[in-house]
Amino acid sequence: MRYETERTRRRGHADTATDTLARGLGIFSIALGIAEIAAPRALARALGMKGQEGLIAGYGVREIATGIGILASKDPTPWIWGRVAGDGLDLATLATALEGRNPKKGNVGIAMAAVAGMTALDVYCAQTLSRETPHPLPPMQDYSDRTGYPGGIEQSHGAARDFEVPRDFRAPEAMRPYTQPQTPQRPMPSM
Amino acid sequence: MKALVWHGTTDIRCDSVPDPQIEHPRDAIIKVTSCAICGSDLHLYDHFMPGMKSGDIMGHETMGEVVEVGAESKGKLKVGDRVVIPFTIICGECDQCKRGNFSVCERTNRNGHIAAKAFGHTTAGLFGYTHLTGGYPGGQAEYLRVPFADATHIKVPNGIPDEKLLFLSDIFPTGWQAAVQCDIEPTDTVAIWGAGPVGQMAIRSAILLGAKQVIAIDRVPERLDMARAGGAITINFDEESVIERLNELTNGKGPEKCIDAVGMEAHAAGTVDAMYDRVKQATMMETDRPHVLREMAYVCRPAGTLSIPGVYGGLLDKIPFGAIMNKGLTIRTGQTHVNRWTDDLLRRIEEGQIDPSFVITHTVGLNEGPDMYKIFRDKQDGCIKVVLKP
Repeated sequence: MRYETERTRRRGHADTATDTLARGLGIFSIALGIAEIAAPRALARALGMKGQEGLIAGYGVREIATGIGILASKDPTPWIWGRVAGDGLDLATLATALEGRNPKKGNVGIAMAAVAGMTALDVYCAQTLSRETPHPLPPMQDYSDRTGYPGGIEQSHGAARDFEVPRDFRAPEAMRPYTQPQTPQRPMPSM
Repeated sequence: MKALVWHGTTDIRCDSVPDPQIEHPRDAIIKVTSCAICGSDLHLYDHFMPGMKSGDIMGHETMGEVVEVGAESKGKLKVGDRVVIPFTIICGECDQCKRGNFSVCERTNRNGHIAAKAFGHTTAGLFGYTHLTGGYPGGQAEYLRVPFADATHIKVPNGIPDEKLLFLSDIFPTGWQAAVQCDIEPTDTVAIWGAGPVGQMAIRSAILLGAKQVIAIDRVPERLDMARAGGAITINFDEESVIERLNELTNGKGPEKCIDAVGMEAHAAGTVDAMYDRVKQATMMETDRPHVLREMAYVCRPAGTLSIPGVYGGLLDKIPFGAIMNKGLTIRTGQTHVNRWTDDLLRRIEEGQIDPSFVITHTVGLNEGPDMYKIFRDKQDGCIKVVLKP
């Protein structure tokens, strides 16, 4: 996902393991987001957070957007930091469900532990990606003399016009370039 | 012998494996003098293609010297012959081979029933390219068993270095067929997506065939540099709009001929359809990322041709077939019928029209192969083409 362009090459060498972790977090984000959008009522019921269905679905949209950002961007670092911020929001929201007489406090505790675990993973991934020291660009290889034409391009351009394209590879006659036929010149009437 | 062996996703090792033996009277064994890593090997390295098993030997760009010949190949080959081995294994006798459609040979894929389930019909056996295509051990090794060797070889003369001949095995005829599929006219603009090894060969082939203008699209600076050296105008898709630039270069009419030398792993970060493909592929709802096909169909001049040498493996989503149908585009694609072109291409090398060795950027021993896969995949160190010397 990174290190494929002049811009991304500036970041140095790819760390495939961290990239794979980032990709995994992106997929997880999308899956969680789909679950939150598809079943906000069930989640609210399980966490004793009735009335918060809209908020849960909204968090689902956030998760999907972050997941797409991670998977589609050349550098997922800011998106992983975005996940860390989202984890904080999730933990704060869950903490509100611990207040009062919520009969599902046990489930909330389990959910908070799971989010804390994911937060640790997100922080590790984001820090590892951020720590990569930008190396100076190695000098670009100069391939400007790699023509492939021993006698020069002028000599080779069109050198294979003698090649007869096989019948089954030829363009249909009707699709060949159309040339306007010359209209016959009418003799001008003599004055 | 030593060979590069696939063990899993991004896990290729230089292992000691048993030497190959003659298993059929039409076989031959060659001592490999040069082999190469192909861009399509990266689809296996990243495990985008299904059908690999741990222990499979990689490689389908190979040449060397014949060291053993089976009884039924003796009329066509002898010990000491110098040969390039095409990546498609061909019988030379079936209906398709007789028509020159070697890449869909009906007899050489010993797992043809699997291919038939996936594709409807069998295709030719290939070296080192999944069990869908026969599960034949590949040529990134010290020795290679060549099945149907009496037909599956290209004899080459002594006195020409391996580097000029090796690519007759795949990328040169593949780039050539891509250009031939375009049936190039002297007035044509040919746009080529992907300036990797096949794209570079397609550029040179289009120039040899006399295209008026050749345009190469990529974003890796070294590849664009090499494309310009070959006579192409270049577009860096990270820096400019491909569609706008192609229209600008063709007076708003679009290129007549478009070549997809990218295939299933297109990178086009920042475009909506590329994000869509990434997400669908990551969630296993799509096998390939066909951004290039969509772009080609959109920008190609009406009544033009889309030539597709890039490898696709399975199911593609959101292909604008409305544009293809309404603009009357012709699509030509397929694996390369290598032996159909190699006599002609060998003559062009001998005559000095082209020297395919221009594309080699790294030459290493077999034991450095696993590292080179990673360097090639990540496009590090200006890597465009790796040749291995066993």
